[in-house]
Amino acid sequence: MGHYVSLFITSVFIENMALAYFLGMCTFLAVSKKVSTAIGLGVAVVVVMAITVPLNNLLFQFILKNGALAWAGFPDIDLSFLGLLSYIGLIAATVQILEMFLDKFVPSLYNALGVFLPLITVNCAILGGVLFMVERDYNFGESMVYGVGAGFGWALAITALAGIREKLKYSDIPAPLRGLGITFITVGLMSLGFMSFGGMSI
Amino acid sequence: MADTKTILTSPIFDNNPIALQILGICSALAVTTSMANAMVMCVALTLVTAFSSFFISIIRKQIPSSIRIIVQMTIIASLVILVDQVLKAVAYDVSKGLSVFVGLIITNCIVMGRAEAFAMSNPPVPSFLDGIGNGLGYSAVLLFVATVREILGAGTWFGITILQPVTDGGWYLPNGLLLLPPSAFFIIGLFIAIVRIWKPEQVEEAEFVMKPQSKGMAHGGGH
Repeated sequence: MGHYVSLFITSVFIENMALAYFLGMCTFLAVSKKVSTAIGLGVAVVVVMAITVPLNNLLFQFILKNGALAWAGFPDIDLSFLGLLSYIGLIAATVQILEMFLDKFVPSLYNALGVFLPLITVNCAILGGVLFMVERDYNFGESMVYGVGAGFGWALAITALAGIREKLKYSDIPAPLRGLGITFITVGLMSLGFMSFGGMSI
Repeated sequence: MADTKTILTSPIFDNNPIALQILGICSALAVTTSMANAMVMCVALTLVTAFSSFFISIIRKQIPSSIRIIVQMTIIASLVILVDQVLKAVAYDVSKGLSVFVGLIITNCIVMGRAEAFAMSNPPVPSFLDGIGNGLGYSAVLLFVATVREILGAGTWFGITILQPVTDGGWYLPNGLLLLPPSAFFIIGLFIAIVRIWKPEQVEEAEFVMKPQSKGMAHGGGH
């Protein structure tokens, strides 16, 4: 149990997807002007990561890994070179199914998250999370915790940035830094703040 | 129809994908701690962008618009797998150093963005050049950031010692912060500022303009 808690804390704070690995930056900067939209996107990322990381883990463990097809009678086959294509395919399919499912059964949630779901297929945080899961060889339980944790860390970062930017627009910023430039520097300072978690040992 | 030279050169400074369009930043920051990694990443991304634009443009009239994202994704992912396998075969250390970021070229918004915005409506050769141009625009930012980070952070450039660090009996005390994530954000922020000082037409409009100070009012205040 302690192992899972520590994995969760690590993936939220120390290895924050956005601030330590720069993943999902495009949407992170583009959709962080208002806190309400940032929270919507953040929740969508948490949901999609919590589903796709464990699913891809199963895909990797039982189909793609070297020798994983032994259960089907092909112990010599190594399909891991197909990884990238299958992960992105699975992510795109999951997002599509999730969108249709929400539209049909939970329309209120669909109205809140719907516009963000297509953005998420090409969000590097999701694919990045999956690739880190494969690289670090997490098992199914770990990948579930990691998916939720990494998504939550990303959501936390984008909400915080949106909060700062809502205030920042009233300040008098030197012209060349206005907009994108100052946003980068703000994110840099946030990243510096999150680095202080790096000293924690759990 | 813009001429060939404009297609190739305008993305480098006038319409830089990173500095102006906020595309493809994810990987731009993570691989810039050393020049060698950044260089490999630039070449990989430029090739993928150019060839994916080229192939998508060839079949642009056959792709049904409802599934175009999936088709584009498949072409891009296949090219990235090719790059990844070649890197693993010829330069295994670099491939390990870049870790997941080669795979992340798939979701790099520059590649998708150019496929969607340019290749879907232009013939193959201009699309190819547009891909190269945008790759070069990305490379310009990446190499700038990597140069600053490697020289000031480790005292080396492409692994060659430029500033002799004190640990080897030199005079330069390497600034470790530059090898850590936050510095990448600061340097890109400053790069954007420099480009905009040089080309003021790229400066963004202020959302709220500050009123000139009236006489006798105390300066500052607020929260």
